[in-house]
Amino acid sequence: MEGWDPSTKSTLTQIPLLTTKAGPRDGAAWTQRLKEEYKALIAYTQMNKSNDNDWFRISAANPEGTRWTGNCWYVHNLLKYEFDLQFDIPVTYPSTAPELELPQLDGKTQKMYRGGKICLTVHFKPLWAKNCPRFGIAHALCLGLAPWLAAEIPILVDSGMIKHKDDAASSAES
Amino acid sequence: MEVELKEVLNDLESLKQSLADTSHSAPIDKLKLRVERLANLGNYGPVRRSKVKDMSAEVVDSNPYSRLMALQRMGIVENYESIREFSVAIVGIGGVGSVAAEMLTRCGIGRLLLYDYDKVELANMNRLFFRPEQVGMTKTDAAVQTLSDINPDVVLESYTLNITTVQGFDTFMSSLKNKSFRPNKEGSGVDLVLSCVDNYEARMAVNQACNELNQTWMESGVSEDAVSGHIQLLIPGETACFACAPPLIVASGVDERTLKREGVCAASLPTTMGVVAGLLVQNTLKYLLKFGQVSPYLGYNSLKDFFPTMEMKPNPQCSNVACLERQKEYLLVKPARDAAAKAKKEAEASAATESPLHIDNEWNISVVDDCELDKVDVQSSDALPEGLTRELPSADEYRTPLAETPISPADDLDDLRKQLEALNSA
Repeated sequence: MEGWDPSTKSTLTQIPLLTTKAGPRDGAAWTQRLKEEYKALIAYTQMNKSNDNDWFRISAANPEGTRWTGNCWYVHNLLKYEFDLQFDIPVTYPSTAPELELPQLDGKTQKMYRGGKICLTVHFKPLWAKNCPRFGIAHALCLGLAPWLAAEIPILVDSGMIKHKDDAASSAES
Repeated sequence: MEVELKEVLNDLESLKQSLADTSHSAPIDKLKLRVERLANLGNYGPVRRSKVKDMSAEVVDSNPYSRLMALQRMGIVENYESIREFSVAIVGIGGVGSVAAEMLTRCGIGRLLLYDYDKVELANMNRLFFRPEQVGMTKTDAAVQTLSDINPDVVLESYTLNITTVQGFDTFMSSLKNKSFRPNKEGSGVDLVLSCVDNYEARMAVNQACNELNQTWMESGVSEDAVSGHIQLLIPGETACFACAPPLIVASGVDERTLKREGVCAASLPTTMGVVAGLLVQNTLKYLLKFGQVSPYLGYNSLKDFFPTMEMKPNPQCSNVACLERQKEYLLVKPARDAAAKAKKEAEASAATESPLHIDNEWNISVVDDCELDKVDVQSSDALPEGLTRELPSADEYRTPLAETPISPADDLDDLRKQLEALNSA
């Protein structure tokens, strides 16, 4: 965990850790894991709200809890940039992390694989591997997606690859 | 078109005959020549060869298998034609998988199962196999198109799906189990699975499927910087599975990040990918046709032309439950296996009819085969041979965290879901 900023570290320590090592094919154990995932997500969302640092919405898109959809946003120069967020829980979960996708940014940055999957290889995958099975979706968002947005969005905005929705609307009108 | 051209020729001929003025016959002859050339061009167009019932060793230009059957005459392979009974599944039809598929197709493999969810792009043209006119097709469809032209004898099955998703994985498993090609085959419906994928998640999915099906498979990979690669044989229970230890990478001497998927930023070379595909299919042929030594692990560092090899024993504390089951089964049949090995050794010894070197052996000194000792214990990463390193760290020892809220089974999933929804809408 060297190299991480103190606020991320302190946030991380407050997200409840998970204990059940189970994937979507493990029946009752997966239901148990899903409960833990929800607890961690609820705690993390509450914490973000109370710290005035709310930055994502995510909910299961199917009853099995294997597909998740929602959105996330990042504030840069006082403007809020919002993106759809989606991912599948892989069959080998939690040995392998979910691959977080921002489909609207597909093809706009090199730090992304086909289909809008954000690149987590260097900053996140080793941490996930080390902490299996204690890390869950909430940890992936906190340690995978949040730093990615913080690193990429300012560059994408400054280089003109993405525009704020108000700018995009006004330029479309003109 | 052929008929049309013939008619044009006839028309020209009659036109020539009908003209009284012979001064026009020279340009008409010229025209006729051009039409004839066009008609000939048509003869070089695509011709599909018909299927071959039996592989023949007859040395004639028209026999697609004469050079392969010669392997028998040379004493390399005992029964080459048995290749037609084998089914090989190739997961990932990219730079390595597509070339491996072409090699096996040209070798006359019985059946190929191809898995990929991607489409052919112009960015793939620095590698072998796919052609620019196939851009936009799914890789599986494009592969079937080319492969069925090259060798119509091969049974091709294509699956356009992502094996890491729950649904894709189910289809993947059932396709491997399907035995309609050779109903009396033992075990699963395929003889070997080749993993030619470009990411850790998909490798873990192949590993999971093969551990559950007790299916031998081979893994392959090329580094993101395109200068090194590896192949590995995985026999569930007998060798380390992909989850037994963090994946190995061949240290390139430059940057040691490998086993990564193809992103916009990943480099690739047709050479490295071709070499790795060649190593993979060579090992496959040795395994299926039972010749030479099948390599348990072979690395390729192209910068130094260095090929590290090693063997890995399974991890008794592997995190994969199916792997532990296979390990248990493997240990159970150990006495039988030892007896068979001993009988084979004795048979060889009696064939040689050698008398013992020393009649009396007061101190019970025996010579031990040292190849067993060479095996690397996957848990101690210090024991890796030169030129190999680990890609990911191992999971920490599991400690029950102190500040943990215990989850009672009484917690209701719907209740939790509603709580999160309430937070989301707030």
